[in-house]
Order: sequence, then structure tokens, then C-alpha cells
Amino acid sequence: MVWIPSLMQKLTGGAEQVAVTGATVRQIINELEAAYPGFRARLVNEEEDRLRPDVAVAVDGEISNEGMRRKVGESSEVNFLPAMSGG
Amino acid sequence: MIERTLGDMGKIHVQCVINGDEKEFLCEARESLLEVLREGLGFTGTKEGCNDGNCGACSVTLDGVLVDSCLVLAVEVQGREITTVEGLAIADGLHPLQQKFLEHASLQCGICTPGFLVASKALLDQNPDPTEHQVRHWLAGNLCRCTGYDKIVRAVLDAAETVRS
Amino acid sequence: MLSSHGEIRSFGDEKYKVVGTRPIRHDGTDKVTGRAVYGGDTRLPGMLYGQVLRSPHAHARIRSIDSSKAEALDGVKSVVTAADLPPTASDEMVDLGEGPARVKFMRDNILATDKVLYRGHAVAGVAATSPHIADEALSLIEVDYEVLPPVVTVLEAMKEGAPLIHEDLTTMELGEDTDKNSNIASHMQHTLGDVEQAMAGAHLTAEFEVHTSSVHQGYIEPQNATAFWNQDGMLTIWTSTQGAFTAQRQLGAILGVPVARIKVVPQEIGGGFGGKIPVYLEPVASLLSRQTGHPVKLIMSRADVFEATGPTPGSYIRVTMGVDSSGKLVAAEAYIAFEAGGYPGSPVFAAAMCVFACYDIPNCLVDFYDVVVNKPRSFAYRAPGSTHVAFAVEKVMDELAAKLGVDALELRIQNAATEGMRRSDGIVYPRIGCKECLEVARDHDHFKTPLEGPNRGRGVAVGYWFNIGFKSSVTASVNNDGSVNLVEGSTDIGGTRTSIAMQFAETLGLAAEDINPSVGDTSAIGYTDVTGGSRVTYATGWAAYEAAQDVKAQMLKRVAMVWEVEDDEVEFDDGVFRHKTDASKSLNFKELAAKLDDTGGPVVGNGSVDPAAGVGGSFCVNIVDLEVDPETGKVDILRFTAIQDAGKAIHPSYVEGQMQGGSVQGIGWGLNEEYFFTDEGRMANSSFLDYRIPTTLDLPMIDTVIVEVPNPGHPFGVRGVGEASIAPPPAAIACAIKNAVGAQLCVLPMRPDRILAALDEAGDRVSVAAG
Ligand code: FES
Ligand code: FES
Repeated sequence: MVWIPSLMQKLTGGAEQVAVTGATVRQIINELEAAYPGFRARLVNEEEDRLRPDVAVAVDGEISNEGMRRKVGESSEVNFLPAMSGG
Repeated sequence: MIERTLGDMGKIHVQCVINGDEKEFLCEARESLLEVLREGLGFTGTKEGCNDGNCGACSVTLDGVLVDSCLVLAVEVQGREITTVEGLAIADGLHPLQQKFLEHASLQCGICTPGFLVASKALLDQNPDPTEHQVRHWLAGNLCRCTGYDKIVRAVLDAAETVRS
Repeated sequence: MLSSHGEIRSFGDEKYKVVGTRPIRHDGTDKVTGRAVYGGDTRLPGMLYGQVLRSPHAHARIRSIDSSKAEALDGVKSVVTAADLPPTASDEMVDLGEGPARVKFMRDNILATDKVLYRGHAVAGVAATSPHIADEALSLIEVDYEVLPPVVTVLEAMKEGAPLIHEDLTTMELGEDTDKNSNIASHMQHTLGDVEQAMAGAHLTAEFEVHTSSVHQGYIEPQNATAFWNQDGMLTIWTSTQGAFTAQRQLGAILGVPVARIKVVPQEIGGGFGGKIPVYLEPVASLLSRQTGHPVKLIMSRADVFEATGPTPGSYIRVTMGVDSSGKLVAAEAYIAFEAGGYPGSPVFAAAMCVFACYDIPNCLVDFYDVVVNKPRSFAYRAPGSTHVAFAVEKVMDELAAKLGVDALELRIQNAATEGMRRSDGIVYPRIGCKECLEVARDHDHFKTPLEGPNRGRGVAVGYWFNIGFKSSVTASVNNDGSVNLVEGSTDIGGTRTSIAMQFAETLGLAAEDINPSVGDTSAIGYTDVTGGSRVTYATGWAAYEAAQDVKAQMLKRVAMVWEVEDDEVEFDDGVFRHKTDASKSLNFKELAAKLDDTGGPVVGNGSVDPAAGVGGSFCVNIVDLEVDPETGKVDILRFTAIQDAGKAIHPSYVEGQMQGGSVQGIGWGLNEEYFFTDEGRMANSSFLDYRIPTTLDLPMIDTVIVEVPNPGHPFGVRGVGEASIAPPPAAIACAIKNAVGAQLCVLPMRPDRILAALDEAGDRVSVAAG
């Protein structure tokens, strides 16, 4: 289950949650791109093949430090959110 | 008495006693005691937090009187006696204030600690049995940004007890 | 009364031998005798002294810089400007491991190129044989400025038609460029559920609009840097930094030098609180050293520290919350705008994650904005962003309680965040201690003791901060007397060498005194992120635990060799290696260490971790009693209690110290501290005399209760405790002032004149205008 950030819900026709399957964050993003073209460009820096530096992804509440390589379980919850830095 | 030493680019010769030992140095008239202690003589235990008399990190005693060494010109110490944090520990161990600061965890980053120790020693030298309010009043010229002062005040009160007994 | 020991309320049942005790810190003696070497104490043979020329204007274009007169002054060795930095493409980005950075912005903040964006912005650096000569040289550098109108507050900067600070800056919306030229660098949003509908259906709502001023981290040690750029191309930097490796990466990006040629030696550091993560002087010292062939030392003046280093942003925040008739929160909405300073990148992202973090609210909308203004580039300050939003939210909570006619603390307990709750940013909480902290507050002697007397009031508030996670490394070498040298990569700002060593000692059944901890430079230890984000005792402590496991595994093999048995016949229990079946065979760690020489040589253990952010997190509750003088508007804090979840306190004294220090910073932020700007954008109070941080005389003792709700994501249950304590004090003080005299304060700091003005208006719910 993927939670779509409100500023990206334009792309999903307003849907706040979307069910997609994939074993990694990368596969999830690709699935989303197939369903909602333009999705990938908002999240991924293609040149470096990694998440854009201002985007973070949380899988089951933990912010991934493996970026798009992060494994996703069948019942996992995925959140995309703005990246933050420390104090 | 200020003497100019010829041939030394207008630098001034100063003799004084630091932590019980005689010292002499050459300085410019515009140099502060803090600068000479730290950069000239290597007494880097005395810290600089503001260089304008508002933080107390540079506290030393001059003939027993607590001063901010950033506000004292180096030429003013001719013939006088200075005690810095390096002069607090006695041969067989730490001064009770130093010991109590450690036991009470009264320092975090520790940059303010030399100033607090010197200032607290000056307090206990003249008032060995201060109240909490007297400690707070005396130390109000020393800033600490890390501790919230609680553990510092407790350590000073505790050290006073040790010094008295 | 002399005991420094605060109370501990534990909700865990693990028993430890070293963890939870209060040994004297390993670096303590050096710090009370003056022998510890801080960045500013660095002295090298042939060292030159540098100074930095800074802009007198808040906003201006640089037409030209002429340094010829300065260079001609006797004793001056070099002058550098932005022209000595590598040229930058305007869209070049670097990832410093903690989010993105535009290289041009980073370089321009070190030495301005085309424009100065705040008063104090560095323009040129000078190296000379004495600091006084360097100082004289500054006055001989001629800079021709075209002065531009400044914009110094966030709301002004957001207006249509406001002067643009960066002509090419456009607003980003989560990866989408709006192509709109503006001072708004980014706009983001979090939503949860349906706020509009829930708010419309609420039984009661309350709303506050608040303004907060820029405040400074206020560390007592000014920024400093000593650089030596050797003739072989190796650059060495001695500095007070929160992160040697982060400084190394920033320097690499700014100077265009591979990190392999940069060594950063972290000296002892006199406070940071977020403000010593960015580099300022290091690149300038480096350029000056390269040009002169000498080591060059730079130290900021206190005025420079205020005018040129990261304050934390001023802000405008509006919060509306609604409850049903039972008092359950049903909807919450926030609008948060932060002053990033001259370059984008304020901690507004963190503010947006913290704003509703303490409460279980099914419907939320958070809109947040990062806005450039003509102030120093803002940086993190302890729980960055959380104090601002707690001030607004907690005022709303008190107002809702008043409207409902219920106790304000009970309303908080009723709505407290708990495990499994979804936060407005979408994250679902693991086990947390929010409710426990609030309940401990309710049952505390302070809360139960009635407060009497005129003009006196009590306030309660709660705040949150994360455990940021990030990377840490530790290396442990066993000595043949059984002691261990422990090198770790986190600079120690508040006794963390000891809290890390204790976790190592606990794992191996050793005493804290058996460990010799030290902080390694960038060539001596594995990569370690900054000391910040409440992460050191948590993450570097975890790395120490892993290093201890590594040592243990190697030592087990050595025991098997000594006894000439198989590895799996040996077990380690309570500090002793035993044979599983032969009770006559046992060796303690020290006995075994003495046998390392003839069983294969040295044992060196390593640990490195990269725990996920979002695990753990800490809540802090304040109870404050105060008295307002209605004649002068002065506030006296009578009693103050901080209650915080530490998961497991490794060294309780230093946990209490973090809680007390953060509380007092919060009190200063609430009552006194602010950047006071003139209309021209000049800070009018850039000294400790006029920017008044709390002194001993302003405060009572700060009582603490350490709550221990173990963090399931850490081997000892640790939660980082460095930051949450700064979040609730301004809010708690505002609530207490309201309860004391009825004055509603909506602007930080709550200065005497604002309190008097609010007293005049008491009764009406009108906020006091900023200014
Ligand atoms: S350095 Fe002397 S008072 Fe601050
Ligand atoms: S311990 Fe850091 S300033 Fe006092």
C-alpha cells in the first residue's frame, strides 16, 4: 500500500492511497509510473539512478537509508515524504 | 611601571607572577591579558567567548580579585599576580571545586568550565559558606549555554562544604 | 539539596551493571584543569592569523573589490575573495549525506560573489602575522556596493512584489518546479484524512497565529578554524565541529578537492546545538594557507557569530484544532512559514513533521513554506523547528481545554500519541513514551502542589523530537592488561565519550574505567555523521555495542585455543568465558587479554551502523510555575520540572544535563532571546550584553524526571535525548502567563513590554503585534 503525498495526488486523480505490488521501492515506483505517467520524474534523479535528494521514502514507518533498493514486503506500507536533515 | 625595550618594535616588557611562577613577556600596548595568556604564553585553559566582558569564560584573578582577562590590557599586569585555571589544582590532586564539578557532571562541552572554576574559587575565598542565592548572584557574569546551571550551582555549594571541613 | 540526582521512572525491566550508573567522564580531568585543547587553542609553528571582512549591508550587489592597499600593509601575507574559489555552475548539486545542497549557495555563503544577502556576509579573508594587523587590513579593503532594499521578515518576503533575493529562484513543490519567481523556495504539504469535513463537524475549535523571532544557538565558543595546506597538496584542518566527516565533505565540495586530500581533526568543541554542522571559516583558512604556505588560524568575534552564523529561523505559524464533545481531537490544520535566511534550507520540514507529533489526530493538513530573507543562512538549533510549532499547538490545546472546561493536562493525556498511531506526515509510531511522560507529570509532586499567590500561574506543555539515526563507526583495541582503547567518530560535546564507552563496557562485562575512549580524526576512524539529531548515544553507542560483539567473538576463539577445545564449547556470561561442560575452566576478560600475545596477536573489534531514522523518538513535558510583575511585565520562573523519555538512560547525570540545558535554552527563547533588526536589516543586539541568554540569576534549579520507556529499536533501549527538552518551555511559559494574569502572548520572545501590552488587552483574544 502506497500513500501518495498530497502534492502528488494530482497525478493519481486525487487518490490518497494506491495498492501496488513490488519487491523493492524501485519496483513500486516503476509500477506507479506505469499507472500514473510522470510519477517517477517527481521522485527519481535519473542521472544518478537514485531518489531525488529532497525526497525520502519510509517503508513501514522506517525512513529508508537504502533508497530505492529498500525491500518491500507484501503487506508493507510505503510513504514518500520530503527529506529532512538533522539538528 | 612600564618600560619600553629599545629595538623591539615598540613592544613593552612586562614582568608578573602567573600561578606562582615569575613570568616575563613582550607585548603591544593594544594586546589584552587574554591574548597574551593564550597566544603568547600558552595558557590556553583561559577561554575566549566574547572578548567584550560579557561571558566570563576568560575569568582569572588579578591580585586575588576576579576579572575578565579580555578587559585587562596586558601591560596592566606589570608586577602583579595572576591565577588562571591551570593554577587551581594542587600538587596532590584536584581542587575540591574541580573534583565536585566532575562528580556533579557540571560540565558538558566544558568551554565555560575554567571561567566558572576561577570565579567560584574567588567566591569561596571570601565567602566559604554561600547560600544558593549568593552563588547565583556571584556567578551571574559567567555564561554557560549547555547545563542550565543547575549542576554547576550544586557543585559549588557541595565544594564549599568540603572546603569548610 | 546537594545531590544532583534527579528522579528516574522506569517502564522497562532490563538490569544492567554499567548502564545506568554515573561514572566520572573520561575527559573530565583535562576539562577542569584547562588542559583540553579546543579548536581556538590550536597553535602551530609559523602560524598566521586571519580575519574576515563582512558586509555592512543586508542586501547589496558587489560592484568591485579592491584589496591592493590591504595587501601593501606590513605584516599582511594574503587576501582572498570568492574569485579564489573554483567557479560554479549555477545548478551544480552535492549530496552531503543529509539532503541536497546547491554548490553555488554553499560557496557564496563562504565568500560572496555577486551579491551579499545579509549583514555579516563574508566578502574577503586576510592572513597576517598578528590578528591586529589582519584587522587593520580589513579596513583597507575597498568594496563598492550597490545597496538594495532588504526583506527581513517571512511574511514580507512572501508578498507579491517583494524584492527578490535570488532573481532566479522559483518555488518547488515536491519535485515539481512551479516556474514562479519568488522568495518562497519551496512549498510542501502533509495531509491525513479529510480535514475540511472533520473541522466542520467539530464540537469546538480554537486557533492561534504566532510569530517567533530568529534566535541563536548561543554556544559560548566562537567558530574557529586552523588550516594547513601542505606543499604536497594535503589539506589538514583543526576545528571545533559537530562532524569531522561532514566538514570534510563540505570542504571537498566548496574547494573542489577530493576528500582523500582533506583531513579534518576535530578538536574539543565548546557547544554547537546544530550551529557547528556547517563550515564557515574552514574554506577561508584553507585558501589563505594555500596562498601563504603557512598554517592560518581564524576565530570569529562574538558579533560575527551572531551576524554570520546560523541562527534558527524566525517564523509565522497558524494552527487550528477541533475536538468532539468528549474532548477527542478530530481535526488539525497548520500553516508554517520559516525564514531560511539568505539561502534556502530552513528546518521547516522537521517542523512540519513535529507539529502534531504529540497527539492522535485522524484528520490533518499541514502546509509549509521555506522562504529566503535577508538574514544569515539559518541552520538547525536543537530540535530544529519543533519549539516554534509547539508554541502554537500547545496554546491551542490550552484554549480547547478552557473552552471544554477540562484540565489542560488531562486533555493532553486523553489525546496523547501512542504506538500504532499515524502521524500527519504518514509515519506510524512504534513504541513511544508520550503518554507515560504526561502521566508522570500528572502524578508529580510539582503538579500536585497547589500554586498560591497573586499574579502566579502554572503552565504545562509537551514537545517531540526524533532519533535521527545516521551512520556511526567505532573501533576497539584490546590491551594486554584487559583495558580497551575505543576510537569513535562522534565529536563529544556533552560527555558522549563516556556514554559510548559504557555501552561497550556493559556488553563485555567490563567497568567504564577499563575503557579509554577517544574521538578519531577523519583518517583514524570509519565514517561517522554529525553529532546532532539526538543520535550519538543512540547510534554511536550502538556501533560500540557492535564493536564489543566483534571483540567478544574473537576472544571466544582465543579461549578455545587456550583450552585447546572447539569454539562452540565456550560461552561468555557475565564478563567470564566458561567451558560449557567443564566447570573448572573459566577465564575473565582480563585474564584472557594477558594471553593474547601467544594466541594470535592483537584483537581489534569494529562496529559500524546506519540505523533507520524514525525509530524511537523522545517526548518532553514541562511543568512551570511563574510570577508576573504586573508593573514591569517581568516574569520570574519559580519552579520548573522537565519530564522526558530517555528510553534507557546510559549515564543519567548527562541525560539530566541535556534536559536542563535544553529547558534553559527554551526559557531564554521564550522570555528574552531574539535578533532585533533595524529597518535596514542590521542586527542591533549582536553581543551577549544585548542578546541576553539566561544567567544563573534568572533561574531556579531545573528538576528532572527521566522516564524510561525502552526503545525496541536499540540494544539497550536508548532514545536520543539531546533535543526534545527545548521544545515545550516557551509554550509552557505562555500557558502559565495566561493562567497567572490572563494575558495571551502570541509573539516570541514574551518580553516585558509585550506582556504589559497583552495585559492591557487581557480579556479580548487579540494577539500582540510583532515588533
Ligand atoms: S571572553 Fe572575556 S568576558 Fe567573554
Ligand atoms: S558546559 Fe558548555 S558552555 Fe558550559
